[in-house]
Amino acid sequence: MRAGELKLSILLFGLAQALRFNARCHPQFAQRFKERNLVAQIRTMDRRVGRWYEFKDGKLNSGRGLHAKPDMSIVFTTAQRAADLLTPPINQLEQIEAIKNFNLMMDGPEDVTLWFTQTVMMMPTLGWDYGIDQPDGTRRFVSHTNGGPLFVYVKDGKIVRMTPIEFTDEDAPSWVIKARGRSFTPPRKATIAPHTQCQKTTLYSPDRLLYPMKRVDFDPNGNRNCQNRGVSGYERISWDEALGIVASEIKRVKRDFGQGAIMLNHGSHHTWGNIGYYLSAAYKLFNAIGHTHVIHNPDSWEGWYWGATHHFGYSMRLGQTETYSCVEDLLKEAEMVVFWSADPEATSGSYAAFEGTSRRMWLKELGIEIVHIDPYYNHTAGLLGGKWLAPKPGTDAALAMAIAQVWMAEGLYDKDYVAKRCVGFDVWADYIMGKEDGVAKTPEWQESETGIPAREVRALARQWGKKKTYLGAGGWGNGHGGACRSATGIQWARALACLMAMQGMGRPGVNYGHLQWGTPIDVRFYFPGYADGGMSGDLEGTGIAINLYQRMPQLPSFNPTAQKIPRLRIPEAILEGKAEGYPWNGKTIEGQFQKFSYPQAGHALVQMIYKYGGASIGTMTDTNRYVKAYRTDKLPFVVNQSIWFEGEAKFADILLPACTQFERWDISEFGGTGGYALHGQTQMNHRVALVQHKCIEPLGESKSDYQIFLELAQRLGLSAYFSEGMTELNWVKRCFDASDLPKHISWKEFLKRGYFVIPPLEEERRDPVAMRWFYEGRKKDVPEPHPLPGDYTETFLEGLQTQSGKFEFECSSLKRFDANDPERPPIVKYLASWEGPQAKELYDRYPLQLISPHPRFSYHTMSDGKDSAVNDIREHRMRVNGYDYWVIRINADDGRARGLKEGDLIRMFNDRGAVVGAAHLTQRLPRGVVHSYESSAVYDPAGEPGYSVDRGGCVNQLTPRRSIAAKVTGTAANSCLVEIEPWDGKGELRPKTQPASAARA
Amino acid sequence: MSKWNLIIDVAKCFNCNLCALACHDEYYDNDFPGVAASMPRRGHRWIEIHQKERGQYPMVDVVYLPVTCNHCDEPPCQKAATNGAVTKRADGIVLIDPVKAKGQEAIAEACPYKAVFWNDETNIPQIWPFDAHLLDSGWTKTRGTQVCPTQAMRSVKLDDRAMRDLATQEKLEPLHPEFGTKPRVWYKNLARWQKALVGGTVAGPIKGVVECVAGARVSLEREGQKLGEALTDTFGDFRLDGLDLAGGYRLSVSAPGFADQAVAFDLTDSTYLGTITLVGR
Repeated sequence: MRAGELKLSILLFGLAQALRFNARCHPQFAQRFKERNLVAQIRTMDRRVGRWYEFKDGKLNSGRGLHAKPDMSIVFTTAQRAADLLTPPINQLEQIEAIKNFNLMMDGPEDVTLWFTQTVMMMPTLGWDYGIDQPDGTRRFVSHTNGGPLFVYVKDGKIVRMTPIEFTDEDAPSWVIKARGRSFTPPRKATIAPHTQCQKTTLYSPDRLLYPMKRVDFDPNGNRNCQNRGVSGYERISWDEALGIVASEIKRVKRDFGQGAIMLNHGSHHTWGNIGYYLSAAYKLFNAIGHTHVIHNPDSWEGWYWGATHHFGYSMRLGQTETYSCVEDLLKEAEMVVFWSADPEATSGSYAAFEGTSRRMWLKELGIEIVHIDPYYNHTAGLLGGKWLAPKPGTDAALAMAIAQVWMAEGLYDKDYVAKRCVGFDVWADYIMGKEDGVAKTPEWQESETGIPAREVRALARQWGKKKTYLGAGGWGNGHGGACRSATGIQWARALACLMAMQGMGRPGVNYGHLQWGTPIDVRFYFPGYADGGMSGDLEGTGIAINLYQRMPQLPSFNPTAQKIPRLRIPEAILEGKAEGYPWNGKTIEGQFQKFSYPQAGHALVQMIYKYGGASIGTMTDTNRYVKAYRTDKLPFVVNQSIWFEGEAKFADILLPACTQFERWDISEFGGTGGYALHGQTQMNHRVALVQHKCIEPLGESKSDYQIFLELAQRLGLSAYFSEGMTELNWVKRCFDASDLPKHISWKEFLKRGYFVIPPLEEERRDPVAMRWFYEGRKKDVPEPHPLPGDYTETFLEGLQTQSGKFEFECSSLKRFDANDPERPPIVKYLASWEGPQAKELYDRYPLQLISPHPRFSYHTMSDGKDSAVNDIREHRMRVNGYDYWVIRINADDGRARGLKEGDLIRMFNDRGAVVGAAHLTQRLPRGVVHSYESSAVYDPAGEPGYSVDRGGCVNQLTPRRSIAAKVTGTAANSCLVEIEPWDGKGELRPKTQPASAARA
Repeated sequence: MSKWNLIIDVAKCFNCNLCALACHDEYYDNDFPGVAASMPRRGHRWIEIHQKERGQYPMVDVVYLPVTCNHCDEPPCQKAATNGAVTKRADGIVLIDPVKAKGQEAIAEACPYKAVFWNDETNIPQIWPFDAHLLDSGWTKTRGTQVCPTQAMRSVKLDDRAMRDLATQEKLEPLHPEFGTKPRVWYKNLARWQKALVGGTVAGPIKGVVECVAGARVSLEREGQKLGEALTDTFGDFRLDGLDLAGGYRLSVSAPGFADQAVAFDLTDSTYLGTITLVGR
């Protein structure tokens, strides 16, 4: 016997011993042996070495050599290779390489191979200890949400409480910033958002889906009754039946229609965790199935991505600039902060809870001047105070241009920077000063558009021109949300970019931000974010190729279907069979110009939607369209994998109950996204890496997303490919190993405590300030890996991503693409909104401008509805006659003119639909503006779905489907004209509405 | 003997509701014998946050007032209770025993702060019990204190003299001391809730163009008594806070190069006086 053969024989014998030993030590493992009777064989290809393992009635028998009738086989090409691969510690890369090159193969029925491989892989996880006992008899675990990490206290299998994580002396110290003779350091805890603190109530919600369900009148082999979706009830079925139907539908539509017939549609953010995420487990399976991909528009960044990018690049960041060390720079240097369409105290940096809040309190302490520009006197203004300017929605670009006009007229800008670091200034200056079109964009000019007195604009412009000013644009400070999601969002973001260039962006005290991004944490410590792709293997659709694919070797995955549908055009794709769009493709500025069409040549129309959750009706635009698209036999099959019975889950044929993150394993970092929000951890005061403990068993028959996908994969012969034989916990450990954590903390300790605070940088190692290199004309020196090398024009790391390498007031990319596009000309110009006061005919009928920002107390549709605790917050929903109505805010005088008083039920409507809400009369809005958050989880039509008044509060039923501009695909949800009247209790929509003047009379 | 107190800074509360949600998280579907029975899933707000807007567009501010059980040293609820259902612990915490208090609606009705909630399902009066069970098991602060992102809420354990000193030093006051119940919840910047605000904007012609007048001196008086003074900011805005609702206010504005101007008004609510346009001297 050769040396390799001998070694392999010993290793295979050792495996049998290990299985037996673990069964003796761990009762649950012994229990597992009772689940199956089977014979597994491991052997070499030439059959010279082998061993069989027979599990029978809970006992393991094993013998050397070949079994006559094994149920499954694992085959290695050579004994030497097998010995190398099986010798601990297992080398993951070599194992994956062996699989990819057919040196390691497996054969057998799916259920047998999966059971055996998971049994083997499970061994190292047995006896892992996690959680810490508390004096009150609870055990404390750790979990994580979109709104921050949690300690989760469990007793008798039930969650008792969820609290924020407070750090101890064992955790890394916090950073200290010395500025203006003072020292600033953050509170020693990780904050949480309101939508996180209420999650015990959404976990234990009456709206939880606890069992697989089938619509009562859906018969996959007979009448499907698609027109009854949203109306018919459901009946409980078994997992086996449910997954059987889904698997057979996948097979049927592929067989009958071919490539492209299956569409996967997931929400923007899933429950947190790098393994269970949509960019991880879901993509792995759906790439393996082949699916028409839904292309998400950059829906919280629209104006920045489609607009600002052309001036300064940063396409990989969706048109938002780098933010390194901006917190320290602002605290040391800035004299004023302008919050423009920015309400970080409501939007929580998307995933950053209230991390920025304590920092912004320092603004007040330091007496730094603050200005808020927002049609709503928002919560940040409420907390910090300062000057409030409320332009009419969609007119912000006019205000910005008037500021530029004052600067140009009075010489209040950085002429040296404009001369050396920018191009095309003269062309824009000619437009602003009126040389081009005879209209100077003066403060007086903007007054009729914005409603802001010219003198206030002059005062702002002069102050801004004289003081070192940070521009906090949107919820992140460098974009995100608000005015960029409107018909004039592209103009707004572009105009703001031009303002920043005029002030010498990168100069000490001059940058984007409002202390939301740019803390001095250590971004060079690698821990993957959710966009890094987890276990997806998806080299094209996630960021995995950059880092994680090398660090966490895994089988790659590719979607064979080229067909794509813009998320905002799903209804047209279903109902009309066609759709067009422009993609979010951040690799280069020009990525966004690559128009695509549905159907793709040679591809099938979509026959089946696999939906993950239920958010579309509350979050997309003109959303009665989505309701109608579900209620047609043009869409023969809909499956929804959802935690709750809410929103569009009620339009599915089959419902697969998923569990929350508290009921499964995962691993993640606080606010760690990677991808387009690279180094987004600088929103946090501390980097916190977390293992997400499985705190309790899944409720009812619900299962983790990973498990659902795995069991579906089994029915498609894909389980080994999907899982690599791993349990979720195995993947969690692999992700830990892939990060820099093992250099700092043992797996055992990390798993036990559940979190690790990544030490901040020492003061002398902190990153350079964003854009300072550009301001000073040096090579780029911040730790940002983009633009791509090929996108530098002359010398690598010198200049911006633009063709000139400079800030382009006149954009060469737009000049090349379409110099005559009136919506997106090479220089930014003002063009009034197509759904605003200048849209005369419509404005006469619907004289109120609705803005619908990201919600304050919920997150997408998470935490809203579901009988959640946030529904008792009167700012979120108001209970009227026992029903929780969405809140619609209206200027008090406008309200009184319509006969309204506080709490009245009102009908807000336009030609697209009608939503009933509870009125909140306020002085926080100017006349003519209405404010109601988007993202209601509840769709509750009073009559026929799609054609009725909605009592649930999905205000997006009223927002325009029209794209923000003709040659982009983006939402203009904040350009929306409506009328409001007391609700008459009727449920039907009125086909065409009378002029508002008549309605009010 | 040190006792628990809660300090709430009205100026730092921005209605995030985390204290209220943490309270719900702690008490909904949990039973802490002797301290609290389960809170109803919906409808109770043992920590409630009231809100008020002051001023009118375009000059407003918003004030939030968290209200909860005051853990009074002379609790009316205790007097209303029979069979000792309400107890006052040595550390200042007031507890309503869920078993003994069953059916005693008078306990809920006795609270002048309306901080005792009646549970219709279980027929018991309920309050936020200062997280007594957590403090007893080693916690050093309440859940609201722990979760508050602006440190607007602080739970402190001090003897009564030290607390009085702290109250003097930080200008803390109880809500409605006239109720005479001796609350253990203290408020900072309570005037923001209780007093009125007056604001305005000063403009005037400079080199022939109407501009915001920064640095104008604005002074306010009533019945011949000067109540306050402010300088206008970059935008010509001024605010005077802490005012009583009353008649006979007189506000005068003076700025170099402009004629003085005065405005007389009565205050029935916080008011934005609008733009005061000065004329050149």
